[in-house]
Amino acid sequence: MAATRETTWKEWLITDMPGSAMQARLGSGYRAWLSLARSRTSMFGLSVLLVMAFLAVFAPLVTPYAPNAMAVELRLQPPSWDHWFGTDELGRDIYTRVVYGSRVSLSIALVVALIVVPIGLFVGMTAGYFGGMIDRVLMRVTDIFLAFPRLVLALALVTAVEPGIGSAIFAIAVTSWSPVARLARAETLVIRRSDYIHAARQQGASSLRILWRYIAPMCMPSVIVRVTLDMANVVLIAAGLGFLGLGAQPPLAEWGAMLSTGRSYLYDSWWVATFPGLALLLASLALNLLGDGLRDVFDPRQD
Amino acid sequence: MAGWNGSRTDRAVALQRFGMGWVKFLVSLALTLLGLTAITFVLGRVMPLDPVIAIVGERANAETYNRVRQELHLDDPIIVQYGIYLKNLMTGDLGTSRLTNQPIVSDLFRFFPATLELATIGIIMGVGIGVPLGVWSAVRRGEAVDQAIRLVILVGYSAPVFWVGILALMLFYMKLGWVAGPGRLDFIYEGMVEPRTNMILIDTALTGQWNIFRNALSHIVLPATLIGIYSIAYISRMTRSFMIEQLPQDYITTARVKGLSERAVIWKHAFRNTSIQLITVVILAYASLLEGAILVETIFAWPGIGLYVTNSLFNADINAVLGGTLMIGTAFVSLNILSDQLYRLMDPRSS
Repeated sequence: MAATRETTWKEWLITDMPGSAMQARLGSGYRAWLSLARSRTSMFGLSVLLVMAFLAVFAPLVTPYAPNAMAVELRLQPPSWDHWFGTDELGRDIYTRVVYGSRVSLSIALVVALIVVPIGLFVGMTAGYFGGMIDRVLMRVTDIFLAFPRLVLALALVTAVEPGIGSAIFAIAVTSWSPVARLARAETLVIRRSDYIHAARQQGASSLRILWRYIAPMCMPSVIVRVTLDMANVVLIAAGLGFLGLGAQPPLAEWGAMLSTGRSYLYDSWWVATFPGLALLLASLALNLLGDGLRDVFDPRQD
Repeated sequence: MAGWNGSRTDRAVALQRFGMGWVKFLVSLALTLLGLTAITFVLGRVMPLDPVIAIVGERANAETYNRVRQELHLDDPIIVQYGIYLKNLMTGDLGTSRLTNQPIVSDLFRFFPATLELATIGIIMGVGIGVPLGVWSAVRRGEAVDQAIRLVILVGYSAPVFWVGILALMLFYMKLGWVAGPGRLDFIYEGMVEPRTNMILIDTALTGQWNIFRNALSHIVLPATLIGIYSIAYISRMTRSFMIEQLPQDYITTARVKGLSERAVIWKHAFRNTSIQLITVVILAYASLLEGAILVETIFAWPGIGLYVTNSLFNADINAVLGGTLMIGTAFVSLNILSDQLYRLMDPRSS
């Protein structure tokens, strides 16, 4: 009974003649999922990210200690049953802090994505749709931002404002929207000539409506691919700022900052710097793998 | 006659295009650099400290305060202030560093060669290792070798350079003692190299101080390798995809049918056709190495621009930070736009 129901669900999803827009949308989503699921590496990336997100959300439940609970008599203990990843220079449990650190890294990546996608889409689609002078000015500005060195600029921005997560997010977002804008413009240039856009215009749809309801959804797949791949860099830059003392401030558990303190105890206590770095590597690797997989699904032209 | 005429117009058009290309290049370079200075200018103005108080102190009377405020042009419209800022930039006046008490410009030129040395060795490694890896991976596409190389590339992309850096320092310097530690030279050699280019490997080679040369080499190996990892990953990834574009094409089949050796087909035919794209990629990689040097230099106490910027940062010396930003930014932006331009000029299909 269960088997037949499953097949009918599948048939309903992959049918060539969807009965509603909803069904068509779900169907194409399901097809994309099927081809993503074929790639073992992207499934690996996705599962790593899901596990990390789970741990980050339920951090207090999956960690044995409080992230800032000090126990000076237990400082710099090597990994053991009580402390899986050992303890740091203040006797704090490193496993707990690594898990809490994923909250910081993942939320920075998420917030940056939420800022960058609308801005990039807006600039790129406006430039591509209206063309002419607007296009030239907007793309010139985009190119200027595209040509900037990201880490250096983020560094200068954070220094000028003040160190902290908020400034780090702002600095990273400022240097990240331009590739999205370029991409959205390129897609818009192609889409704006298609028949359904003409049809919408004939029906009297406003430019704003055409941009957001008709063009934006078509730009989304390639934008999502691009942003996912970029999130790997965002996580690394955020940790780099933390490492330099410009991102998250102590005592907040953040991977880059943890690494930076671990540096002082490197010779005798390798675990202090090793585990936060490993977590960072895993996160950026997972984002890269997932991004590669998504690109194969949505944009088969590129290798 | 018509043919002659035609070829002359063709050449004129080509020349004009070439000239227009460079004009466009210079315009976009100038605009982008202007954008860069606008950003550093704004950043220098938003800092929370009052620059006048920083000079006259908390207890200065209103008269002194206002005089200094006028001397700093802080009452002028912002656009005038920006003009003054640009004028100062043109004359090389970036202010004085709190760290060294020297003009920031002379500091930058003293620190830059160390970064350049590091990035240059990094890019040599990137090309020397990355290109063959990429070609190999493309030729063996889908085989185990290809999978292995792609994995290496991916890890190279994803690894946080500062983490790998401190682990490598612990392993190869502290535990194994294979390489020398942080800095450019052992302490006993400091001051023994006469600065000419400020690139120690070149300076010592010029004067034939080979023992110091060896010492400098042993210091640079680790940071250069680290900085090289990224460019190896980037260059081999791009080489692979360029080669994959070339290999299935008809002219490759023709070359094979002609009976050329596989080596000649790969290197003389396919690879040669990727060279334009590859050059632009190498320039881009070089630009990002100049930037990537910041974290590596901090870890290895390498006295380049990156270390200068981070040290100034901890001294809250915003002018020095912005000067370094401007220097790295200018190099980065110029290389970036140059690579774009070269691609456009050298590939006739691109217009």
